[in-house]
Amino acid sequence: MMGTMTALLSVRNLSVQVGIEGPLAVDDLSFDMAPGEIVALVGESGSGKTMAARAVIGLLPPPMRVVSGQLRLGDVELIDLDSERLRQIRGAQIGMVFQEPMVSLNPTLTIGEQMAEGLRLHTDLNEQSIREKSLTMLQRIGIQDAERCLGAYPHEFSGGMRQRIMLASVMLLRPALLIADEPTTALDTLAQADVIGLMLELTREQGTAVLFISHDLSLVVRHADKVVVMRHGKAVEQGATRQILLGPKADYTRQLLDALPSRGELAPPTGQKPLVDIRNVTIEHPGRQHFLRRSPPKRAVDDVSLQIAAGETVALVGGSGSGKTTLGRSVVGLVKPCAGQILFEGVDILKAGNREHRLQCQMIFQDPMSSLDPRARIAEILVEPLRHVPGLSSQDREQRVKTVLKDIGLGEQFASRLPHQLSGGQRQRVAIGRALVRHPKLVIADEPISALDMTIQKQILELFERLQAQYGFACLFISHDLAAVERIAHRVAVMEHGKLVEVGSTAQVFDHPQHPFTRRLLSAANPLQRLADGSYQLRNTVTAQITQHP
Amino acid sequence: MKSLSETVVAAPAAPLRRGRKIPSFNALIGGTLIALLILLALMGTVWTPYDPLKLDLMHRFNPPSWAHWLGTDEFGRDVLSRIIIGAKTSMWISLLTVTFAITAGTLIGLVAGYMRGWTDRLLMMVNDAMLAFPGILLALGLLAIVGASQYGIVLALGIAYTPAVVRVVRSTVLSLREREFIEASRVIGNSELYTMLKHIAPNCVTPLIVLATSMFGWAILSESALSFLGLGVPPPAATWGNMLASSRPYLATATWLGFFPGLFIALALIGINLFGDALRDRLDPRMSQ
Repeated sequence: MMGTMTALLSVRNLSVQVGIEGPLAVDDLSFDMAPGEIVALVGESGSGKTMAARAVIGLLPPPMRVVSGQLRLGDVELIDLDSERLRQIRGAQIGMVFQEPMVSLNPTLTIGEQMAEGLRLHTDLNEQSIREKSLTMLQRIGIQDAERCLGAYPHEFSGGMRQRIMLASVMLLRPALLIADEPTTALDTLAQADVIGLMLELTREQGTAVLFISHDLSLVVRHADKVVVMRHGKAVEQGATRQILLGPKADYTRQLLDALPSRGELAPPTGQKPLVDIRNVTIEHPGRQHFLRRSPPKRAVDDVSLQIAAGETVALVGGSGSGKTTLGRSVVGLVKPCAGQILFEGVDILKAGNREHRLQCQMIFQDPMSSLDPRARIAEILVEPLRHVPGLSSQDREQRVKTVLKDIGLGEQFASRLPHQLSGGQRQRVAIGRALVRHPKLVIADEPISALDMTIQKQILELFERLQAQYGFACLFISHDLAAVERIAHRVAVMEHGKLVEVGSTAQVFDHPQHPFTRRLLSAANPLQRLADGSYQLRNTVTAQITQHP
Repeated sequence: MKSLSETVVAAPAAPLRRGRKIPSFNALIGGTLIALLILLALMGTVWTPYDPLKLDLMHRFNPPSWAHWLGTDEFGRDVLSRIIIGAKTSMWISLLTVTFAITAGTLIGLVAGYMRGWTDRLLMMVNDAMLAFPGILLALGLLAIVGASQYGIVLALGIAYTPAVVRVVRSTVLSLREREFIEASRVIGNSELYTMLKHIAPNCVTPLIVLATSMFGWAILSESALSFLGLGVPPPAATWGNMLASSRPYLATATWLGFFPGLFIALALIGINLFGDALRDRLDPRMSQ
């Protein structure tokens, strides 16, 4: 059916190899894209999805090379083109949006300069009309003061804004195909929904096809017409989104679908009395020091009160910059509140003398790549917290480390490894182990899974649940990933601009959100949910319900 | 539950780099060069072909021959003997200078980078003021105070080189500070000092080795520049630097006088740089196995 249509892009038996004798990064990949169609390449890191897309636009990084296959864009065979011809196609016919908005715009050039670049290269427009075109585009994407924006530099915009601008400058050339490589992975939920919405709007207007690369299946299935699931460089399954969702054939696709979180059945928290009582905490970041003068302090957390019972998991959600991380860091003593109290078992842990109590609170950090000392072996990392436990012999310590290694699902052979020899998921396990080895009563988990692949996320969440049952710690789970939150939290606290706007049980907050911000957050998330009968439902967007008809 | 942990253990670990059992090419060449030069220096303490200080006015400016392998200088002294004797002085001075600068610079840089605030601002103000002087000028001034001697040179050059080390260490510390494992160490309850010594200092080693190896070269050359200005190791004692310096007037007529000390300086630098590269790879957990 697809074959009879004139495809916009046709990829046939594409193979990409690392170097001359290296493994295949892309192995015999074939798919077609019709004009205006949205095709998603889904897979985990290292599955070859990015390399496949880069091969299309002729931008493979050096050791990678196309060893065989065909890449047809309309009537043109891209592989045969010399670099001169390929440059004419890049930008003009194939546009690309990259993952990291913080580095994909040149910080030393104004937005206007960067938007004009493509137009100068690929069109004969004069400077005046280039400027007009850029202005219209900026207005189109909802930049209020477009005139000023043209003369502004990238650092004046937030990540979401930069990605919008990036998108605008790419779409200015009206490409027939847009390659979007994880365009929203680095953004928080709200900005994510915003950028995706804009991307769909612009491409629909111009009839541009989108090759959407993502590891986030639930995001992709909401928007794509067709999904190609990749693993180890091979396409394990491809087909219409609906078909993939409702009748996955490959085991791996099923595994991915299973990794979609659903609301968990949680044991109720053990304690009734609050373990931690955060009372009217306000935290300000000092303003920048100018010559003889300080700019006013920035209030990150504003009069927040929150209780966590023993064994309870409270999720703290909100957009980036909402102060949720700062609040979490204040509990473990990494930032000092300027007002308020944090009571741990009734003891104010902000006072220096109450170190023993403060050490009962431990933290798991977001980025497993940077949270482990690259020069320390795993056993050294795990034993370090025990330095502060009095009365442990070296055998005791060794025993504790062994136990923890087993509990976090790593064997003893990992003890002598270095962090760089571990995968992201394994590292995060070590980070969890380090937080737990001293048996703390409270764990602050700061976005512990957002840097991981989907199936790994699921494993880590499962591990976390199991460890919580075993160790019985209470947890403040900071996340913007609402799906994960729904699965493991007893209660949810929503933060906006440093204020707590809503607190309630998970069911209450997810089913009957009260505050408008909570509602926005929920609708921006991709709560693709698997129902008991095997069908899927998009919450809050009931119109888009997909159900199975047997 | 059990199956979960089992699947995880069975999951392949991140691929290990192929073990590097044979020392690398760099380590081999660099190590051999350094070993030979050290042997040469040690030999000089017990035996040299001729007395390096003995004048022989009958045989001035002899080109290399069987009797004098590397020729004789303007006073008829044997160049080879002087190079052998000079090896010890030159390498010893450079080694001490580098050690001094690295130690002092690392300490100051660690403190400045980790404490930040006023400590940092004050230390860096002094440091940047020192950096603003050309190193050799600073050393000259210091030498004028402490007087020209072997250890005077070490002190003067060491102080002159310290600011560069401070800069490198401080910037490394500043970037390390933002990494989450430093925060993790604080959350665990480790003291600032422990965090600094255990987690920050070791991670500064890589840039320091690169700096130290190039500084070794600067030190040899600066010592020769100081000798040239009359503030180096005073004659008649031989160092590679002052041999090079005193050969200048005769460069056109007696090339070997400048060529051989220069060759040995170059060999020492090549050896140390290669060895430094190998050492850096060895000490970096991401590169070695």
